[in-house]
Amino acid sequence: MIARILVPAASGTLFGAGLALGGMTNPARVRGFLDLFGDWDPTLAFVMGGAVLVMIIAWRFIPKMAHPLFASGFSLPDRSDLTPQLLIGASLFGIGWGLAGLCPGPGFAILFVAPAQALVFIAALLAGMVVHRLLFDK
Amino acid sequence: MMLPGFPDAAPLEGFAGGLLIGLAAALMLLGLGRIAGVSGIAGRAFAINSSSLPKSSAWAFLVGLPVGAILIVLATSAERPEFAGWPIILTAGLIVGFGTRMGSGCTSGHGVCGLSRFSQRSIVATLTFIATGVATVFIMGALS
Repeated sequence: MIARILVPAASGTLFGAGLALGGMTNPARVRGFLDLFGDWDPTLAFVMGGAVLVMIIAWRFIPKMAHPLFASGFSLPDRSDLTPQLLIGASLFGIGWGLAGLCPGPGFAILFVAPAQALVFIAALLAGMVVHRLLFDK
Repeated sequence: MMLPGFPDAAPLEGFAGGLLIGLAAALMLLGLGRIAGVSGIAGRAFAINSSSLPKSSAWAFLVGLPVGAILIVLATSAERPEFAGWPIILTAGLIVGFGTRMGSGCTSGHGVCGLSRFSQRSIVATLTFIATGVATVFIMGALS
């Protein structure tokens, strides 16, 4: 079905545009947000606020929908348990995020803007994921 | 628009960018019934984690990211990005990749999609990665 390509392609494009417009493709701005005790830059909070606002509205439609517009069923996370894995994983992610000011979204979004940095970050990102899979094969 | 006390902040651009990101996530949610979590989608595209998301869908999303970003860069006078050095980018990538798999998500999945759903796991994950991110920047600043 063509929607399987068009919907994620449009979503990814909007997502990348939003990251760039909001300054989130600039690692210095992301690190500025995390520099809470220094020269704090609150821009990321506005980005997160705008995105969460739209999504709060979007989530309200879900209980009323029998199925997604272009798919036969929903595939949504349903866990609510707080595990050591969640806490350790999120902690590690935050450390990496603070080190370089890059997370997966911007890492891919900068591919045409800063190809060398993007490729090194993406290669390392995927390698980190592979290491996790090798250690905790699931 | 300038934010009083924060001359370098870009609140309007940030909020507008956030609205676009929210629309992107809403499109995945309402259109395909899925979370727009970039780490999970990337892992799926490269066959590192299993998922019911078709690989073609994962690739379409991933390719869209730099296309959308370059369109904005070409259309506006976007600021020049400032990067850390190569060893830091490499190390950060490894830790981010490992951490997002172990913690089941990143800024998009837990932050945007999970927070807006008031998911307990996502709220805890988001507060945790912001806290360790702040600590990391603070320690790096103290060491330099």
